[in-house]
Amino acid sequence: MSASLSRDEVAHLATLARIDLTEAELDHLAPQLSVILDSVASLQGVSSADVPPTSHALPLTNVFREDVVEPCLTPDQALSGAPAQEQQRFSVPRILGDEQ
Amino acid sequence: VTDLRRTAAELAGDIASGATTSAELTQATLDRIAAVDGAIHAFLQVDAEGALAAARASDDRRAAGRPASALDGVPIAVKDVLATKGLPTTCGSKILEGWVPPYDATVVAKVRAAGLPILGKTNMDEFAMGSSTEHSAYGVTHNPWDLTRIPGGSGGGSAAAVASFEAPIALGTDTGGSIRQPGAVTGTVGVKPTYGGVSRYGLVALANSLDQVGPVTRTVLDSALLHEIIGGHDPKDSTSIDQPPPALVEAVQQGASGDLTGVRIGVVTELGGEGYQAGVLARFHESLELLTKAGAEVVEVSCPHFVHALATYYLILPAEASSNLARFDAMRYGLRVLPEGIDAPSAEDVMRATREAGFGDEVKRRIILGTYALSSGYYDAYYGQAQKVRTLISQDFAAAFERADVLVSPTAPTTAFPIGEKVDDPMAMYLNDLATIPANLAGVPGISVPSGLADEDGLPAGFQILAPALADDRVYRVGAALEALLLEQWGGPLLDRAPTLEGDGA
Repeated sequence: MSASLSRDEVAHLATLARIDLTEAELDHLAPQLSVILDSVASLQGVSSADVPPTSHALPLTNVFREDVVEPCLTPDQALSGAPAQEQQRFSVPRILGDEQ
Repeated sequence: VTDLRRTAAELAGDIASGATTSAELTQATLDRIAAVDGAIHAFLQVDAEGALAAARASDDRRAAGRPASALDGVPIAVKDVLATKGLPTTCGSKILEGWVPPYDATVVAKVRAAGLPILGKTNMDEFAMGSSTEHSAYGVTHNPWDLTRIPGGSGGGSAAAVASFEAPIALGTDTGGSIRQPGAVTGTVGVKPTYGGVSRYGLVALANSLDQVGPVTRTVLDSALLHEIIGGHDPKDSTSIDQPPPALVEAVQQGASGDLTGVRIGVVTELGGEGYQAGVLARFHESLELLTKAGAEVVEVSCPHFVHALATYYLILPAEASSNLARFDAMRYGLRVLPEGIDAPSAEDVMRATREAGFGDEVKRRIILGTYALSSGYYDAYYGQAQKVRTLISQDFAAAFERADVLVSPTAPTTAFPIGEKVDDPMAMYLNDLATIPANLAGVPGISVPSGLADEDGLPAGFQILAPALADDRVYRVGAALEALLLEQWGGPLLDRAPTLEGDGA
């Protein structure tokens, strides 16, 4: 199977991934992504339907700890890297659009 | 005068015997950084004050007869992907420029508790995406063997620092080869521990299911000493294995005796041949011959699905990375860029503009690829398929380890290539990790040990040894044996043959 990504598809994916791309970047990245995608598409048909998927090399389940209070960051520490803060909170731009 | 070419184990002995102090050694190391790092650019950040304060505290402990560990007082460099409280951590990215973590990664906390002064943070490909350290937002690192060539990646800074004697040891991280491949191309030793053997808490995640912290050193013993300090269970990492690591220093001592009688070594058919540089293969076969003479039994094993490892990796990694890097949304930490020409931009507008300005090309490529592989309609065909092939690769390992105790291959297919040669050819860049990726997919441990210089270009090549999960001691035993046999043949460390740097002898 051969796969490729058009310039428009890359623009759409960039929107989904919340990255603005310039026209020049789209021209540059789209062909590169097609080459990579074409290469990884070689996996099609390698495994049959009955092969179980692996998400982690060494699967562990139900990792719990004792329900006791542990030291954690102070509010000042947690906010120390924030681009903007107000009243001990992260200050963010408006989160709703005009249409909402 | 402190001899910075001595190993970490020797330097620890010098401190213990009173031949030097941690403060003297740390100052000498900082002087060395000042003298040669202009040419190498291994460090993004040097913390002279913090390192010297830690060194003085170490000397006080030694004076009181209470050293905190075998390496107490030996300074260390830390890859900039590991959170260091009070010391900027950028992951080689503009999006985290100037970020000062309010906490330490567990491995950093362990290193501090063991008394090792932290010299500073080392350069890397942005968010550990790359094999050359050219994708750093803060400039390239140069290979001490040839300043016009790459030091490998993503941990080129840690490897170059150790190779140029700017640090006796360093911490790296390995997601697809980022410790082992830089080790190979700089003539140093690097270990990727078993997945879960070393805590990932405070390691800024690239791909959670593949990332692992490990030692970057000049000798196998130094790696074992550092590995024993950073390894072990961490309740803060839910994927951490709840059992102590095997006795690694002991395994090195056993290996260094040079006797490998009864050890079965499997040569992986699929990790060699086409695409591998002749000089790299020549050093590999010579090393194999030495191991045979030491009593090891060599068998050839086939791992048929390894030919699909690269494609599997470049679906799983971007998928995990695109999810992980969603946290860089300009809200809680890092860069915030307001888009031009928009009044009262929304959080989404700000996030898009910030990620455009803050991420480099390779990060954008992989996020977009991961977004595609995870999108509905393509998920089964790409990410789902890759997860199944990952199972097949693990099964290949399991079958191979029935016939052999360790598996071996060249670490990287070529020696260090010229800076700039592959930076805009992603597929050519990805091929550097051909032999190292399978271990990450299966979670097994691996080491790269210098195997000599390739005839074509006089640059270092690496010999990779892989073992089953939790059997990290085997890579140390065989690695130490090979190192001892090669040292005897060379009459001294490989790094003695590296060219002198401007500032040497200063």
